[in-house]
Amino acid sequence: MVLTDTPAKLVYERPEALGTTVTHYCPGCTHGVAHRLVAEVLEEMSEVGNTIGVASVGCSVFAYNYFDFDFVEAAHGRAPAMATGIKRVLPDKTVFTYQGDGDLASIGMGEIVGAASRGELITVVFINNANYGMTGGQMAPTTLPGQKTTSSPTGRDVKRQGYPIQTAELLSTLEGSAYIVRRSLHNSREIRRAKKAIRTAFEVQKKGLGFALVELLSTCPTNWHLTPVEARDWIEERMMPVFPLGDYKISSAVADLKV
Amino acid sequence: MAKELIKGNTAVAEAALRAGLEAYFGYPITPQTELLEHLSARMPELGRPFVQAESELGAINMVYGAACTGKRVMTSSSSPGVSLMMEGLSYIAGTEIPAVLVDVVRGGPGLGNIAPAQGDYNQIVHGGGHGDYHMIVLAPASVQEAVDMTGLAFDLAEKYRYIVTILLDGSIGQMMEPAELPPMQPLKTDVPDWAVRGTNGGEKRVLTSINLDPPAQEVMNLRLMKRWQEIEQNEVRYKEYFLDDAEYVVVGFGTAGRIALSAVRAAREKGIKVGLLRPITVAPFPKDILEELTGKVKAFLVVEMNSGMMLEDVRLVVRGRKPVEFFGRMGGVVPFPDEILTEINQLVEGLLTTEGHPRDRWLARLEKTIG
Repeated sequence: MVLTDTPAKLVYERPEALGTTVTHYCPGCTHGVAHRLVAEVLEEMSEVGNTIGVASVGCSVFAYNYFDFDFVEAAHGRAPAMATGIKRVLPDKTVFTYQGDGDLASIGMGEIVGAASRGELITVVFINNANYGMTGGQMAPTTLPGQKTTSSPTGRDVKRQGYPIQTAELLSTLEGSAYIVRRSLHNSREIRRAKKAIRTAFEVQKKGLGFALVELLSTCPTNWHLTPVEARDWIEERMMPVFPLGDYKISSAVADLKV
Repeated sequence: MAKELIKGNTAVAEAALRAGLEAYFGYPITPQTELLEHLSARMPELGRPFVQAESELGAINMVYGAACTGKRVMTSSSSPGVSLMMEGLSYIAGTEIPAVLVDVVRGGPGLGNIAPAQGDYNQIVHGGGHGDYHMIVLAPASVQEAVDMTGLAFDLAEKYRYIVTILLDGSIGQMMEPAELPPMQPLKTDVPDWAVRGTNGGEKRVLTSINLDPPAQEVMNLRLMKRWQEIEQNEVRYKEYFLDDAEYVVVGFGTAGRIALSAVRAAREKGIKVGLLRPITVAPFPKDILEELTGKVKAFLVVEMNSGMMLEDVRLVVRGRKPVEFFGRMGGVVPFPDEILTEINQLVEGLLTTEGHPRDRWLARLEKTIG
């Protein structure tokens, strides 16, 4: 090995907005990727010191241990209401919620629809991994038809257990929603697209254009009983047909936004 | 300021605004709605946030979020709505942040009705939400007292980082009475150390109620309980009427206490030495004065607009040393002074006993009336 005097070019480092806490997420889980994207975006926007995050209940309940800025922890499903309270009294702060699918699309459906319909100037990062991860892999509102979970052991039977909720599509029907998109974290191309969407969602808030949500298809190798690599493929092959990636609501003001 | 004729709900709303309320979050429910309606006009006039939430769950969690910033915030509701808020109240208590709730109590259980009642006593005073926590509970008996308690509620909430509930019943919320409103106070400018506001380059602040380590959680529980002891020591409030020479004492809070006062006055005119103890803080409960009275009087009569909830707190102090009787009306029925006077007469003439439970004797009497 030849050592040269040429300084190495730094191409990748931990964003300062992400602390040094060792991850508690499972190997192959993309929560860490989503955290990193949020941290990078806030740093690039110079918003870290001006941000208040709202953590939710689920695997990301301790999200605030990773982010190095102010945080509050909401009750299950209520993060959009809590974020509403904060944003209304501190309108100059950047306020976002980080919620999973059980939290947002099941127990918290009232709060997310309320916040979106009011056009609350908050940003929502929504992790869809098709199950309740924290409690050990039960059926979620996003669980696919036929998908086996610990509470749908023979596979989700849509006749008895209903159909998955397509959150981005649903929220896109509301006038208060300015920016609603679905992205995925299963490969580097989609991760880059996800980051751009997260950036846009925060810009929408800064410019006061309305409610912004980025749904992120996310892996859960542990509860899917797959390897991390298989889990990435599972997103593409199984989740994406039910949850197509795309832009579901881009208000005209957002369309004019240059990010 | 001059007195004006004003409805209880409106008066509390205006008093809160003048005490420096910075944001209000609520949901319509009778008999509380005028409070929300008043603020829906007044808050925007002053450039302060007002949000009609998607539900009481939404409202209390908006209060939770806004309270985390150290601002003066409140919500209001009535019994079924307050049941929905129990989740948020527990979280707010568990995060040790100040907040004010107004509960304009109506008849229940269930959807019940919209008439005045006091059936939320146990839910508000003895918990309701999960886990080990208390709330400071103020129980005014007139519109003026409700106005006066409103500013106090914010001060106490902030002093102790506790939830303060103003427990009104539907009649005080709906009744118009002359009351003097306080002058407009400027908004608070100081931000408490613990409040989130963005780090701005400084240390990060996290406000949470989760504590996965039981011994650490227990330390937090202990801190809350010690603060509660301090509150019990410093913040007990009550009103005494004709207690100096009283041989019999009626105990009642809010509207029930106020109606009981009419009965006590009527009994006094007949020469009966009866007085009234009206707790203003039902939590912390005025134990010391009740203890003192236990040593002096012949018997107690507890009067409530419920099935005998504060009754149990009275019995815990009296501990069988003196007879305690109970009279209540439930389901939104408001007792008449005459009914309470009859009960006072029975207390004086009757066979006093410390055996059995006063609720059973009351139910036996009540069945004959309302069968």
